Amino acid sequence: MRKKWIAFHSILMKDMGNYYLKPPNISWGIIFPFAWTLMFYIRSQSPLDIREILPGVTAMAVLFGTTSMLAVTITFERKSRSFERLLLAPIDINLLMLAKTTGAILFGIINAFIPILFASFLTDLSGVAWLPLIGSIFLIAVTSTFLGLFVAVAVKEVFEAQTFSNFFRFPMVFLCGLFLPIQSLPLFLRPLSYALPLTYGVDILKTAVNNNGHLFIGLNFSALILFSIFLFAFSTRKIKEKWIH
Amino acid sequence: MYFAKVAGYPTKYAKMSHSGTNKGVEAMLEVEDLTKNYGDFQAVKGVSFRVNQGEIFGFLGPNGAGKTTTINMLTGLAKITRGRAALAGMDCSRDIKKAQGMMGIVPDESNLYDELSGFENLCFCGALYGMEKPDRERRAGELLKEFGLADTGARPFKAYSKGMKRKLTIAAGLIHQPKILFLDEPTTGIDVASARQIRQLILKLNREGATIFLTTHYIEEAERLCARVAFIVEGAIVRLGTIGRLMQEAQEETVIQFSLNSRVQEIRKALEKEFPKFHIEFTGGSALRIRSPYSVELFPFMDFFRKHGLPVYEAKLLRPSLEDVFVKVTGIESHKMVKEIEKGGGKK
Repeated sequence: MRKKWIAFHSILMKDMGNYYLKPPNISWGIIFPFAWTLMFYIRSQSPLDIREILPGVTAMAVLFGTTSMLAVTITFERKSRSFERLLLAPIDINLLMLAKTTGAILFGIINAFIPILFASFLTDLSGVAWLPLIGSIFLIAVTSTFLGLFVAVAVKEVFEAQTFSNFFRFPMVFLCGLFLPIQSLPLFLRPLSYALPLTYGVDILKTAVNNNGHLFIGLNFSALILFSIFLFAFSTRKIKEKWIH
Repeated sequence: MYFAKVAGYPTKYAKMSHSGTNKGVEAMLEVEDLTKNYGDFQAVKGVSFRVNQGEIFGFLGPNGAGKTTTINMLTGLAKITRGRAALAGMDCSRDIKKAQGMMGIVPDESNLYDELSGFENLCFCGALYGMEKPDRERRAGELLKEFGLADTGARPFKAYSKGMKRKLTIAAGLIHQPKILFLDEPTTGIDVASARQIRQLILKLNREGATIFLTTHYIEEAERLCARVAFIVEGAIVRLGTIGRLMQEAQEETVIQFSLNSRVQEIRKALEKEFPKFHIEFTGGSALRIRSPYSVELFPFMDFFRKHGLPVYEAKLLRPSLEDVFVKVTGIESHKMVKEIEKGGGKK
């Protein structure tokens, strides 16, 4: 157990130092949510609007921060064959992939708190249900990261990782109820909205910040947990099939 | 001490293992009927061999022969279609993760982390095997010193030369003191001086007890380093044995080369008349070769040269090289094999 922990911790620390805490990524982590906040702020008419847009900006900061980062780093390591070194180490694939994804999850969580920090200076955040908010940020980070893992398993080149991530991310942003309420979407698109993990994460954030989510919070958490389990299990199974063939 | 000792067995087997098949010596790796299918294509066709403890075992073959697929199956990067591999008596296919803990694996390309320094790379590799921080730091320092990289240990890996990268990659394979080291094309694509240093390091490791499974397409390298070799062609082992035995098998005739002086051409006719049963070959310059399907007695020749006033500077028995054996067995010219691989950037 101790040996496994040493390996897990080292992979996590190496990834944090090598990828996530590099100046370009820190600046991405700050600039991206800041730009989104600013964009919505300019558009907004009153301090209340900041609170309205906060769930959306927070969710996007996590989604964009985690999916591409993980997909790119894993694809990059596979191209340079350093990922092979991890596969050849006496570490179970599930533990290995948890170690690889934990860095991205932490990066996503940090990204999420940047718009919240900005918002705290611009508007009153009293009445926010912090526990569900933190819980949803964590689960959005987990599902988005595992979505990045799913992308990494599907592609071979780094540029494909970016492209394929966007293939999922942009429809998700428009269908999850961030910009348009799901109820106002055409009927045929609504089932698709409910097939996306972000829909449930955004709904919790809406409930936590503005108390205007429309789904039962327990259902949202359950859906996110199920999406996480499915994406992780599917991806690790694919890794065993495709990378150890 | 680079490798873990197996209780009850001495570690210095290098010389002994040149002399035979080593029955009675503990097998570090036993492979039986190992097969790999990719759909209808059979990449490895039921290969069987054993690697004895403390020996360097060479796996030689042309591009696409199945060398890397075999290594991948043994190390857990590819699934075994059929057959069995046991490392130190433990079935690899049953618990590959446990087996991987006993293996040091050096791939054909240096695959450490560019951003990390040499020292950090070694420490990270040690951590992957669960080594505690003080242990991996101490060992990383020892290995850097041993591999002549102590002065550059703080430099990022990306700033290393190709030769230094190879050396650090080999050091990374040794950090956790494995029972067996898999070296895949260790000197491909690096300069002559670095390749020489790496070969010396491999021999040193072996003298200290290392069991090494080496794949190479440099036949001369295998001849210099390995105790036993297997030739693999189109997924099947076509010959396996000690270097000495393989060469003996290939020796169809006795060839003695005499180094005389430039007057050697003058005695040509007299020599052919005196020794009609031998095939005599004048190589140009001051040397000549005597060929015979049987053993050649030297004294009649020495007497003949003395009588004709020719000094004999050297008389040596010419043996076939491993390359001759390889060409004879496989029908593949070795220089073509090297060219083919180097054209592909050193990849198999």
